[in-house]
Formats: sequence, structure tokens, C-alpha cells
Amino acid sequence: MNLALRDIRHHRSRFIQTCLGLGLLLGVVMSMSGIYRGLFTDATAILTATAADLWVVQQDTSGPFAATSRLPEDVKYRIRAVPGVAQASALSFQNIQSDRNGKPFRFFLVGYELGGLGGPPVIVAGRPIRQKHYEMVVDRAMRLPLGAKLRLADDDYTVVGHTAKMVSSAGDPVAYVTLADAQKIQFQDDDNAIRNNRARLAEQISRLPFLAPAQAGQLAPQVAAIVGSTHIVNTVVARLAPGADLAEVQARINRWNHFRPLAVQDQERILTEGMIKKAKMQLGLFRAILLVISGVIISLIIYTMTLDKLRVIATLKLIGTRNRVIVGLILEQSLLMGLIAYAVGYTLIGLTHDKFPRRVDLVPVDLVSLFVIVLVICVAASLVGIRKAMRVEPAEALGN
Amino acid sequence: MYAVQIERLTKIYGSGATEVVALADATFDVAPGELVAILGPSGSGKTTLLTTIGLVTEPTRGRVVLDGELIVDNGWPPGLDLKRVRREKLGFIFQHHNLIPFLTTVENVMIALENNGVSTKEARARSMELLESLGLSQRLDHYPSLLSGGESQRTAIARALANRPRIILADEPTAALDTENGKNVMRLLKALAVENDSAILVVTHDHRMVEGFDRIFEVSDGRIVGERRNGSDNA
Repeated sequence: MNLALRDIRHHRSRFIQTCLGLGLLLGVVMSMSGIYRGLFTDATAILTATAADLWVVQQDTSGPFAATSRLPEDVKYRIRAVPGVAQASALSFQNIQSDRNGKPFRFFLVGYELGGLGGPPVIVAGRPIRQKHYEMVVDRAMRLPLGAKLRLADDDYTVVGHTAKMVSSAGDPVAYVTLADAQKIQFQDDDNAIRNNRARLAEQISRLPFLAPAQAGQLAPQVAAIVGSTHIVNTVVARLAPGADLAEVQARINRWNHFRPLAVQDQERILTEGMIKKAKMQLGLFRAILLVISGVIISLIIYTMTLDKLRVIATLKLIGTRNRVIVGLILEQSLLMGLIAYAVGYTLIGLTHDKFPRRVDLVPVDLVSLFVIVLVICVAASLVGIRKAMRVEPAEALGN
Repeated sequence: MYAVQIERLTKIYGSGATEVVALADATFDVAPGELVAILGPSGSGKTTLLTTIGLVTEPTRGRVVLDGELIVDNGWPPGLDLKRVRREKLGFIFQHHNLIPFLTTVENVMIALENNGVSTKEARARSMELLESLGLSQRLDHYPSLLSGGESQRTAIARALANRPRIILADEPTAALDTENGKNVMRLLKALAVENDSAILVVTHDHRMVEGFDRIFEVSDGRIVGERRNGSDNA
């Protein structure tokens, strides 16, 4: 006869309520672990999806995610010419925030070359971008239906496809447009500014004493075109040919003195250690605190349950019940409470993790670790109750 | 062979100025099948006498022989397995029944049998049989909170008898019952003593409940001050 189960059967509702409460707490611990993992996945989502070996950014910067980086677009042609480089593409990144239905609407806009690296890794609905202008693919999290129009920098963009689980390191959903569109959105001035700049340039050039008026008139539009160029990108990514030596390719690009060729591992380190390290530490600390709280709660519950049973334990001792049966009564209840609470937490988080605003990655190693930790906590927590039970004298069963 | 033999059993609490003699030089023996009452007012030492025989309280000195086995000889010998002796030789009945609240009537009896290594199946069968013999066949699956005082005490008696112990120790078994139920319990104990050939020692302060007992010891200030046998007075 299992006394632990008999006791639970008798105090069923109290036990279930306790398990539910504890389960919610463990669910929060699981979600913390999932968010902790999700931060890393989110931070490296674009990096992973791009699948490039090399990220070439502006010299002395750690761009394009952690710092600003600007490169002339035509650098990509020089990089393509480096021995060992199989493919190179220019990419543009920018955060955009606007209002939608009176609420802030944030996303991360990626500009990529059609057929090049860095485009949407998967299309879950609709189709990829086929036209050079005014089409976009958005992450499902943006809740923009296919065919929806989004106005960006005086132009309307049509949503032609959906991708999934693509977010920036800040957790904002990603939208894709062509590189040309992205450059226009990011770098092109509005019409008034263009007109003013052109007039100012023409005025300044016309005052140059060594130019004839006709020459100045021809030169001004050329200069304005150069000054107003939007052929700027944030990075050029490259994929190496099989067998190519990454260090050698990096060394060649370094010799140009104006660029910094970051290996994908460097970029990953910048993203994870620089940008999300503190957030990860904070979540880790929360997780540890919650586990301690869970341990204290289990311990208190088991201790209280033991206090309620002191006379019963004294009676059991008096009628000759072995200590292992009494220890089992306390330990099994503690373990069962932990197991049920874990199952409640797991079910809860399993059903809801997709609905969290940020990615929650439930990784088996985390879940198994937590399971083991919960078991250890339950055993440790029951020790307080067991110690109390072992000190009960059979004589306490007698008298009032 | 006596079921219980005690010699100069003494229990002293504290020492020096705070010394309290709870039990002094108690000596008697009880034969199998004998129903013995230990009578005395509160604080007289009767429960101390019972608990030293029941291996719950360690005596300061004296000897206790249970069912022919010397168990206590001027204190508990090192290594003595008190629980084994209690399981095998003793049955306890308490004033407040002390049934396990989360076990049903039948399970409350089963636990005593399982403590002695009886399988769950056999324990259930034997417990049901015992409870039915005590008129509790309709209450087998009831929790103690749903039993009357008399039913609870009969369940406690069934638990004490489950392992057919040679000695049953009862501490104020009728104190929580009305007079009628109290007398019924005493009659039941008398019948069981004869039927099972068990020695039954009952501690009580109620003179009305000791009618029909084989022997009555009167205790006062920790000493046995009188002994009566079947109505005779040897004080």
C-alpha cells in the first residue's frame, strides 16, 4: 500500500492546486529558458539565413548589425574578383518604425539583389519578389496579408510573399525588398531636398571663375547625380568556393585598407556577446531565481504537509512502521508534486510558446536539465520534512 | 509463560532538585488471556507504566519481559529494534483512536499487517474478515472522519489485533466514548482477550469501565498502591 498516493487521494484538490501553481512557476522557468535560447536564434536568424562565409563591412566598424556600416555598392565587383570567392552580394539593412492603426509598427527591412545572397530563406505563402521594384516579402509576424500595400518613402509596396520566423537581433520581424528599392528608401532625399540641392550646386558651380556659363550648366547636373547617388550598401556578403582559404581571402580584402572582412563566426560573436549577452545574463539570473523560489515553495509545502501529519507519523512509528515507509511517504509526495508540476508547466508552455511576442525555443537539453533540477529540488526539499518526521517520537501518538 | 512480566520498573524524569519519579518499582505479571486494568487519577503514572511496557518510554531501571523475551534490562539495550518488538508482540489502542485520516477503515487495518510483511492482497482479505467480525462490514471503505466514535474505536481495535499480538496495550480506550459505547468496547476487549489468548492491559481513570476485568491495579504517585482480582481486594 502506497501511503503517499493514499494521502494525495485524500487531499486531492489541495494537491492538484499546489501542483498547478507550481506548474505555472515551472512554465515560467521553461519560457525563460526558451526566451534565453530564442534570443540567440533571433540574433543570428539573418546571419544563418544568409549562409555567407564572409561579411565585408566598413573599416573599423562592427557592422552591419551592431554598428553603422556604409560601403559603395560597387565593392561587390572587387570582392567577386578575389580568388576563392564564389559569390558576393550587396545587402542593405534598416530599422523602420511607422504607425499602423494607431500603434507603433516596427520591422527590419532587408534589401537584397534578386538571385543573390541574403534574400528570404523560405516562402511559406505567395511567391518570391520577381520585379525589380515595389514588391516585398514580409514575415508572417507582421500580419500583412498577401496583396496588402505598405507605403515606404513615397512609394507603395505590394506584399507578394510571406516568410516565417525571420527576425532581427532586436526581435523585430523582417521584410525584404530589392536592393534598389531599399537604397531608395534608405538614402534618397525627398523631392524638395533634391530640388534644393540641385539649385545650390548649380549656383555654386556657376560662381566658379574658371568655368564658362555653358560649361557650368553642363557640369552641375553631373555633380548633382554623383552627390545624390544611392548606390550605397551596408555590407557585402560572400560565399567562398569549395576548398578556398577563408584567412587568405580575408587577408586580401584587408590589404585594401577600407574594409573589414568578418568571418561568420566573428559576426556571430559580435551579435551574441556584444548585443545580447546582458539580456541573456539577465534571463539566466531570472531563471536561477525562479528555480530557487520553486525549491523554497516545494520545501515549504512538503514541510507544511509533514507538520500536518506529525501525529499520523507518530502513530505509524508506534505501530511499528519502518522508517523507509515514512520517508517514502514524504519523498514520493515531493517527487510526484515535482513531476506533475513539470508536466503542467511543459504542457502550458508547449501550448503557448508560439504565441509569445518573441521567439521561445524549447530545446530538449534545457527541458531535460530542468527536469533533473526539479527532481533534485524535490529530493532536497523533502529532506526538511523527512528530518522533522524522523525526529517525531512515537509517544506523541499518545495523550491529547 | 507470562505474556508480560515487569520487575521494579522505574522511570525518573530530571535529576537533583528537579527530579520527578513518574513510576517507582512497579512489579507484576500478566498471563495470556488476562484482562488487566491500570486505574488511577490523572498524573498518577499509569500512562508512563503503559508506555514503558510498550517500549515508547525508556525506563530508568527495571526489567520488562514480553512473551518470554527479556526486552528491557535497566534501560533499552543498544541495538534493540524497538519497532520490530512493537510490530511482532504488541498492539496499541489509543484514547483518540489515532486512525490514519487518509486511509479507509480497511486500509487502517491493512497497514499494521503490511508492516509485518504480509502481502497487500492477504492483508486486505484478513483485514476485511477482522472488521466484519467486529460489525464494520458496511464501513470498510469509509474514511475515519465518516465513522462514529464507537466505529472508530472498533477499527482501532481491529488494527491492534491484526497481527494477533500476544499483548495489547490500551490507553484510555473509552475516554472519547459515551458510557454505553465505552462499556461495549470493554466487553469486546474482554471477549478478545479470551478468544485470542492475548494479555490486555487497559489504562483508565474511570472506575465504571473496569467491571469484568480479571485484575485491577491502582496507581497513585507513580506507585502501584493496590491490586484487586475478580472483585477481591489485595491492597
